[in-house]
Amino acid sequence: MPTSPSEPSDLAVVGAGPAGLAAAVAAADLGLSVTVLDAGERPGGQFYRHPAPGLGAARPEALHHDWEAFATRASRLEAHRRAGRVTHLAAHHVWTVVRDAATGEWLLHAVASGPGGEERPAAVRARAVLLATGAYERQLPFPGWTLPGVVGAGGAQAMLKSGLVLPGQRVVVAGSGPLLLAVAASLAAAGATVPAVVEASAYTSYARELPALVRNPGKLGEGALYGGGLLRHRVRLLTRHAVTAAHGTGRVEAVTVSRLDRDWRPVPGSERRVPCDALAVGHGLVPQLELATGLGCATRRTADDTLALELDAAQRTSVPGIWAAGETGGIGGAQLALTEGELAAAAIAYELHGTRRPRGIAALVRRRARLRRFAGAMAAAHRPGDGWTGWLDDATLVCRCEEVPAGRIREAVAELGAYDARSVKLLTRAGMGWCQGRMCGQAVACLAGGAPAEDRRPLSCPVELGHLAQLPPSAS
Amino acid sequence: MTKVYESEDGSAASRPDPDRPSRKAVSLRGASSPAALVRATPGPAFDLTFDGRTITALPGQSIAAALWAAGILSWRTTRAGGEPRGAFCGIGACYDCLATVNGRPNQRACLVAARPGDAITTQEGTGHADLAV
Repeated sequence: MPTSPSEPSDLAVVGAGPAGLAAAVAAADLGLSVTVLDAGERPGGQFYRHPAPGLGAARPEALHHDWEAFATRASRLEAHRRAGRVTHLAAHHVWTVVRDAATGEWLLHAVASGPGGEERPAAVRARAVLLATGAYERQLPFPGWTLPGVVGAGGAQAMLKSGLVLPGQRVVVAGSGPLLLAVAASLAAAGATVPAVVEASAYTSYARELPALVRNPGKLGEGALYGGGLLRHRVRLLTRHAVTAAHGTGRVEAVTVSRLDRDWRPVPGSERRVPCDALAVGHGLVPQLELATGLGCATRRTADDTLALELDAAQRTSVPGIWAAGETGGIGGAQLALTEGELAAAAIAYELHGTRRPRGIAALVRRRARLRRFAGAMAAAHRPGDGWTGWLDDATLVCRCEEVPAGRIREAVAELGAYDARSVKLLTRAGMGWCQGRMCGQAVACLAGGAPAEDRRPLSCPVELGHLAQLPPSAS
Repeated sequence: MTKVYESEDGSAASRPDPDRPSRKAVSLRGASSPAALVRATPGPAFDLTFDGRTITALPGQSIAAALWAAGILSWRTTRAGGEPRGAFCGIGACYDCLATVNGRPNQRACLVAARPGDAITTQEGTGHADLAV
C-alpha cells in the first residue's frame, strides 16, 4: 500500500534548491511545521549540487559561487530536522499535487527512490504548498547534437559538481546566457582545456540594460570573477557566434563555429572547425512548471520567451494556497531564489498563523526588486534570435527521444497544417517520448511558428502503473 | 587582468553580506583534475562492469559519472536509428542516459548511484527485447 499520509504539515516545500531550502528554514524559524520533498539525495538543488560524502571533497566550495549561503542554510535545516520541525524527504520526486476537497488540504504524491533505483509511492498532506521546482536547460538543436560527448552546459556542470568528472579534456562551451561563463570557468579550473566559449548574443546588448546592471554590484562581481577565471585559463570568448554543427563518428571530434547576424542567422563563409572531444551547450534555463500548471497556476511570458509563474508581492500563485519561489517565477539565479524563498516563508506564516512579519522584510523586498531587474536585463540580452533555425538541416533530429528530424516537423507545418507544438506532436511524435518535450519543446514551438505553450504533463515524472493502481479513489 | 578572487584558507571571509559574493566560497585556481580542485580524499574505489569490462568507481559517484571517468560516453542505442547515446542533461530530465543496470532496463545512469559489483549493460532500444513478439 502507499505510504499513508500522516498528520498534515503546515507547509510542504517541493524542491530543496536555493529557493526551497531558504523557504523551509525560514518557515521553520517562524514556527511552521515543514515537510521538504526533494528529488535529490542531498539538499542544494542544481545550483548547490555537490559530491556525495563518499567522495570526501574537503573543499566542495571550489566549484561554487557563494557556498556559504548554502552551507549555513543546510546546517539550519538539519538543526530544524533534529528538533522535529522539518521533515526532509530526500529522493522524493513529486509527480502531482491535488486538493483534497473534503479537508481543503493539499495532497502531494511522490515517487521515492531507493539506493538501487527501486521505487515506492509516497504521499504527504499539507495546508500550504511552496513550489520551488527550479529549472532545466533550454536546448536548441543543431546537426550532430545527439553525438556522445555533446552534453548540456548545465549537465557538464552538474556531473562535475556531483561526480567530479569531465566529459572530455578539450571542451568547447557554447550557447547563450551567463551560465556559460560559470561552466567554462569550472571546467577550466577542474583541469579541462576550453578552446572557446561561443556565445550567440552580443554582450554589447547589455549596454541597453545598464541601469539594471549597475544596481547589482554583486552580480557584476560574479561576472567579473568568471571573466577573470577565463582570462587566467586563456579561454577565448566569441560573442555573436554559435556552434552550428558537431562532427564525429561515435563521439564528437570537432565542432563548426559560425558567426551570426543580429537575428542569429549563420553568416555564410564564416564557418571554422574547432577540434574538441566534448561540447557543453545550452541556451539559458526554462522554469520547471508542470506541477504548477497542473494546478492551474497562471503563467506569464518572460523576456527570453519562456513561461514563468505569475506571482504577487507575497509570492502567491494565482491558486490560493499555492506559493512559488525561485526560478519558477522567472529565471533569476540563486541570490534571487534565496530572497524569494524567505519572502514566501514570511507570507505563508502570516497567512496560516498570523505570524508577524520578521524584521528585515523591507530589505528583502528591495533586494528582490533589484535582482529581478537584473534578471530581466539578462533575459532580454540572451533571448534566442529567430534565425537560429537556419543552422538546422532537414536531417537534424529535433526530438531526441522519438528521433524526429527537422524535415518532418517542417513538413507537418508546411504541408499538414500544424500550427503549434501540440499539433506537431500529434502528427510527428516530437515531444512524446521519455523527456516529455523538455529537451525539444522550445525548438518545436519555434519551428511551428508559435511561442512555447504551457507544459501539460499530468505526471511530472514516470510513475509505475502499480503505484497508480494503489491510489485510493479519492486521490484521483 | 581582471582580479581573480582566491583564498587558500578563507581567512578573509566572515562577513555575511548576502549581496556580495563570498570570497571564501570561490576559487578558480586551476587544478589538474576535478578531484584535486576540491581536494577529494574518496573512500576506496570499487569494481563494476560495463558490457563485461571491469571499470572502477568511487563511492558517491553515479553510474554515469563512473562511466565518464572510464572514458565511456555512450551506453544506450536508440530505438529507431540505433544511435549511441549517453548522459546529456546530467540532472535526470532528458532520459538520454538510460542504461540496463543489473538486468533492469531504463535506469537513469546520471541519478542511480554506482554500487560495488553492478553489472551495467548497453541498453538496446527499449531494453525490453525479451518482450518482443
